[in-house]
Amino acid sequence: MTSGVDLGRPQAQTVGSDEDVVRVRQLVRTVAVAVKLSLVDQTKVVTAASELARNTLVYGGGGTVEVTAVDNGRKPGIKIVFADSGPGIVDLDLALTDGYTTGGGLGLGLSGARRLVDEFDIQTAPGQGTRITVIKWSR
Amino acid sequence: MALSADESSRLAELLTSRATQVTQRWTEVMAGQLRGRLSQAELVRQVQELHRALTDALGKGAADLTAEEATELRAVLAELSRGQARQGFSATETASSIFGLKDALLAELEADQSVGTLRDYVAFSGLVDQMGLFTFESFVRTRESLIADQAEQLLELSTPVVKLWEGVVAVPLVGTLDSARAQVVMERLLQTLVDTGSPYAIIDITGVPAVDTQVAQHILKTVVAARLMGADCIISGIRPQIAQTIVALGIEFGDIATKASLADALRHVLRLTGVETSRRQPRREA
Ligand SMILES: Nc1ncnc2c1ncn2[C@@H]1O[C@H](COP(=O)(O)OP(=O)(O)OP(=O)(O)O)[C@@H](O)[C@H]1O
Ligand SMILES: [Mg+2]
Repeated sequence: MTSGVDLGRPQAQTVGSDEDVVRVRQLVRTVAVAVKLSLVDQTKVVTAASELARNTLVYGGGGTVEVTAVDNGRKPGIKIVFADSGPGIVDLDLALTDGYTTGGGLGLGLSGARRLVDEFDIQTAPGQGTRITVIKWSR
Repeated sequence: MALSADESSRLAELLTSRATQVTQRWTEVMAGQLRGRLSQAELVRQVQELHRALTDALGKGAADLTAEEATELRAVLAELSRGQARQGFSATETASSIFGLKDALLAELEADQSVGTLRDYVAFSGLVDQMGLFTFESFVRTRESLIADQAEQLLELSTPVVKLWEGVVAVPLVGTLDSARAQVVMERLLQTLVDTGSPYAIIDITGVPAVDTQVAQHILKTVVAARLMGADCIISGIRPQIAQTIVALGIEFGDIATKASLADALRHVLRLTGVETSRRQPRREA
């Protein structure tokens, strides 16, 4: 798995099925290992990616995920961008509330993913799709 | 592309009068395609059966492969593709062995260079193409059902429910717990609870690489269903990194007992049921 991943470039994965969500998890795990995240942090970022990729699939109607190894001069990290051109999120505060779900889930994916990473940025508007960027730094 | 009545009967006539030559040439082409992976006797049998079914269909006036008169021929072709798909031949090899008939027909018609013969050859070729495509499709259908069967078997294999102790069953989960597998796990666990009359079930997640909200929801549903049947579930195999991730995500397992390892879970159950284990002497849990 590790072989063949060029860390200098973003690795893209389209998200159109459950199998693709599994592929996103594997890709994120590979890069997380490569930038030397601890086992706990690997698990956290893989889990966050699983949540966000599934939201991209279920609510965004599919989209793309881009995984990049980054470095801020002091420490390496992993950056992941989830993009879809679905309906967007009307009330972001509500969507980020623990337990809020419109799809019969636990309503913890979005809020939980935010707690699992170090940086979390979300850009969304009704009819404009959703773009979420997360970073997890190596400690 | 259907054959006219005249063309059908001319082809039937050719196949009958030149039966030996046609089947021989056809067998040769097929043998070249399948390169010794089918015995000569089997090849000869298949070609003769095809030859007979085709001649019959044309003799009854079949205009193309979809005709009522070609029912038997279609059955023979389907049988041939099923056999080859199961024996591991490729779809191309299977279809190409049908196309071998063209070589054989060409060899017979070549001597006569008239325009009428050429027209006949084109018409016959059209029918052979139809047969080849039909074979290809049956082949793919067989393969697809083989793959589906295997996937189902794997699903079953990867979700064993084992009886650990009198009254205690365990499900070790390994790999990705997607919705399809979660459904199988739940069904098998519930069935085993009924079959064994066990009051305890241990769900071991040591082999699950990431526990996200979907996995958690599947586990929670399974636990609730087991409870409705009067059984208590314990979740085991919660490694440190998974524990920290679950907490950060905000997932709550409520009053469901959780243990670090399968052994801990079993010990916990045995203590509840009053069985003494050698590691911990009678000391009762509060
Ligand atoms: N990419 C997206 N596009 C549109 N709406 C979204 C998107 N992601 C999340 N949402 C909305 O935000 C809500 C909360 O998302 P969250 O992931 O927290 O919960 P969930 O997916 O419903 O359940 P869980 O993730 O716990 O299984 C969703 O129910 C959905 O309405
Ligand atoms: Mg979600």
